[in-house]
Amino acid sequence: MEAARVLQTGETVIAMAGNPNSGKSSIFNNLTGARQHVGNYAGVTVEKKEGKLIHQGKAYKVVDLPGTYSLGAYSEDERVARDFILKEKPDVIINVVDASNIERNLYLTVQLLEMGANVVVALNMMDEAKEKAIHIDVAKISKLLGVPVVPTVATKKQGMKELVVRAIQAANEPKREALKINYGSDLEKELKKLEDIISSHSQLSQEYPSRYLAIKLLEEDQEVYQQVKAIPGTAELLEQSEESAAFLLDETGEDAESLIADRRYGFISGVSKQAVRKRISAEQRLSFSDKIDKVVTHRVLGIPIFLAAMWLVFQFTFALGDPMIGWVEGFFEILGGVVGGWLAAAGASDLITSFIVDGIIGGVGSVMVFIPNIVLLFFAIALLENSGYMARAAYVMDRFMNTLGLHGKSFIPLLVGFGCNVPGIMAARTLENKKDRIITILITPLMSCAARLPVYVLFVSAFFSQYEGLIIFSLYLLGIVMAVIMGVIFKRLLFPGEVSPFVLELPPYRIPTLKATMIHMWERAGIFVKKAGTIIFSVVVLIWALSVLPWGVEPGSKESALGQIGSFFAPLFAPAGFGSWEASTALIFGILAKEVVVGTLGVIYGVGEEGVVTAIHQLWTPLSAYAFMVMTLLYTPCAAVIGTIKRETGSWKWTVFTMVYTLVLGWVMAVLVYQVGRLFGLS
Amino acid sequence: MSAKDSVVLSDMKPGSRGKVVRISAKGPLRRRILDMGLVSGVEINVKGVAPLGDPMEILVRGYSLSLRKQEAAEIHVEVM
Ligand SMILES: Nc1nc2c(ncn2[C@@H]2O[C@H](COP(=O)(O)OP(=O)(O)OP(=O)(O)O)[C@@H](O)[C@H]2O)c(=O)[nH]1
Repeated sequence: MEAARVLQTGETVIAMAGNPNSGKSSIFNNLTGARQHVGNYAGVTVEKKEGKLIHQGKAYKVVDLPGTYSLGAYSEDERVARDFILKEKPDVIINVVDASNIERNLYLTVQLLEMGANVVVALNMMDEAKEKAIHIDVAKISKLLGVPVVPTVATKKQGMKELVVRAIQAANEPKREALKINYGSDLEKELKKLEDIISSHSQLSQEYPSRYLAIKLLEEDQEVYQQVKAIPGTAELLEQSEESAAFLLDETGEDAESLIADRRYGFISGVSKQAVRKRISAEQRLSFSDKIDKVVTHRVLGIPIFLAAMWLVFQFTFALGDPMIGWVEGFFEILGGVVGGWLAAAGASDLITSFIVDGIIGGVGSVMVFIPNIVLLFFAIALLENSGYMARAAYVMDRFMNTLGLHGKSFIPLLVGFGCNVPGIMAARTLENKKDRIITILITPLMSCAARLPVYVLFVSAFFSQYEGLIIFSLYLLGIVMAVIMGVIFKRLLFPGEVSPFVLELPPYRIPTLKATMIHMWERAGIFVKKAGTIIFSVVVLIWALSVLPWGVEPGSKESALGQIGSFFAPLFAPAGFGSWEASTALIFGILAKEVVVGTLGVIYGVGEEGVVTAIHQLWTPLSAYAFMVMTLLYTPCAAVIGTIKRETGSWKWTVFTMVYTLVLGWVMAVLVYQVGRLFGLS
Repeated sequence: MSAKDSVVLSDMKPGSRGKVVRISAKGPLRRRILDMGLVSGVEINVKGVAPLGDPMEILVRGYSLSLRKQEAAEIHVEVM
């Protein structure tokens, strides 16, 4: 054990565990100073996040485990957290507990203690507890649980110093005895039998705390069962555990799972009775949150408020962002002009000048143009999450989402998908059930992400400048409608008859801190910039290279490698009205990143940012332009999204499936739009 | 188990209170319900229903929890 730890990192590891919304991210940020996402929607912290804590000149590794209510195998988050604790054996765990909601929070604490982990409790949200007139005897709790307890207010950085000192102290102390809850004579007898078998098995007793394993087996935790089964010489143990579980059911009329949960909560109630005093009961007090909820989840007002909130987010993002886009565009235009001038003065060849001005500066420019929209959108999303409204949105929308075969929580990934599909798909991790997750991931690419906007903007300014808002809105709407239809189809075809639990906490409303909102915003925006910075840039250079190869051809002409690839696929798109090699070429490169469609058209028409609009106006019709926008919206998502889907589903099957179905859907819809449009005499 | 005066949570009206007597759910739903603190003996308070009629919101152990009616139908409550 000791050796494994040294092998791992050679440094002290502090893990952070806690319920969603307990303030875990806030404490993690305080300790490590790391820029990290802070949210209020239950379960946003899904990835293992690491940071460094420096204390008295020494560095400690801090690992932020996913926020969970329990450590069963109910969700991926719980499995991640549990496996980390069992396998990586952190030196100490800082367990963040929401003091204003102490009973449910201690349920996780109890499980950590039963695993024999070295725990220091951060009793967070002490300010809220005080406001709720909840008085907590910290010394008493510490004594009853047998671990250090430090009261904290993460948002005001209160208690952080003591927390660090206590955690490091605990990390250097020998491991303490695991907490033993008395599960009652019937259960204890069976546990004893199992523990005895476990202790006599050398591998098992080394890998698992014996009482913990015995409890997990009685709970019939499938994951633990399989893990044990894979170890040789455990048949006797598994047989005994099945026998014990059956015996308990017979004897008490209750299954072991409920008995254990009952007893754990019983223990917690005991702790709470001795150490927590509530001056007013929760029922009597109409809290700030309840007052807001009365309006926000009102029978009549709930849906209009939800729609209004979404409309505000949309307006905030675009009405405020569009003028800023003008500034960014202006900047890159001037930059292109200045650099072009220098290059000409230095006697650079046309090729080099074009590469730098059109390829590099133009390419980077058409990406940076998006930053205002993205930053604003994610600012708005962060406000919704941190305030607690996101959970209400899931609550208000679940009935509707459920009829689409989705979960109220699927709403979040889909909404985030409007900014960028990549974090949207990542946000689908908050869905515990595999069916919900997969369906959400499959349809998130149909959400019109911000990177598709430049394509719309380009074509709209060429043909539909008076109807800008209407045309763009119709595309967003089409994406949603397609997502709904595909969601229903996937539910019926891919997961017939499966249901998944909703059971969602509605956290109290909190006034979001600016810092948390900014951290969230920059992190999300950073994902886009990084993706843009690396993929887009290399794609632009690649396009440029393909457009001048083979050597000697007119750059970007039909004879270039780029033109040849486009020409090959062009006939396929003739029924959709854009059978030109330029259009197909742009679409092909759009798979590497959707916004590149604009850059590609710019490069292959051989004109600057300004010129593309004119070129398109001459070469396209309004109808073919609209069909092309539909195609851009729906067809195969960009490389970064494909990579994310692979990572999140862990399967090439789902990844390839998404690529293919979106391509087919895009083609069918584009053809439909064009052909129907022609029937009505548009062209 | 006082089966005769117990009702299922989904049938309870906003504003009513009760004590959980039994969870009949199975599998992951059961696990989740127990983890969230809905074990037998715990007091609950129905706070309301979402605008579209589902899910419902309850107060348990001092916090707000929402569940679908279909899920609440697996929770048996003794009305107080
Ligand atoms: N009043 C008060 N608010 C806090 C405190 N700590 C955190 N918050 C706020 O509570 C909300 C949730 O905090 P997070 O740090 O995101 O909580 P988390 O446990 O990481 O939540 P997830 O990211 O959902 O897992 C944020 O709006 C914080 O600003 C505290 O001690 N007092």
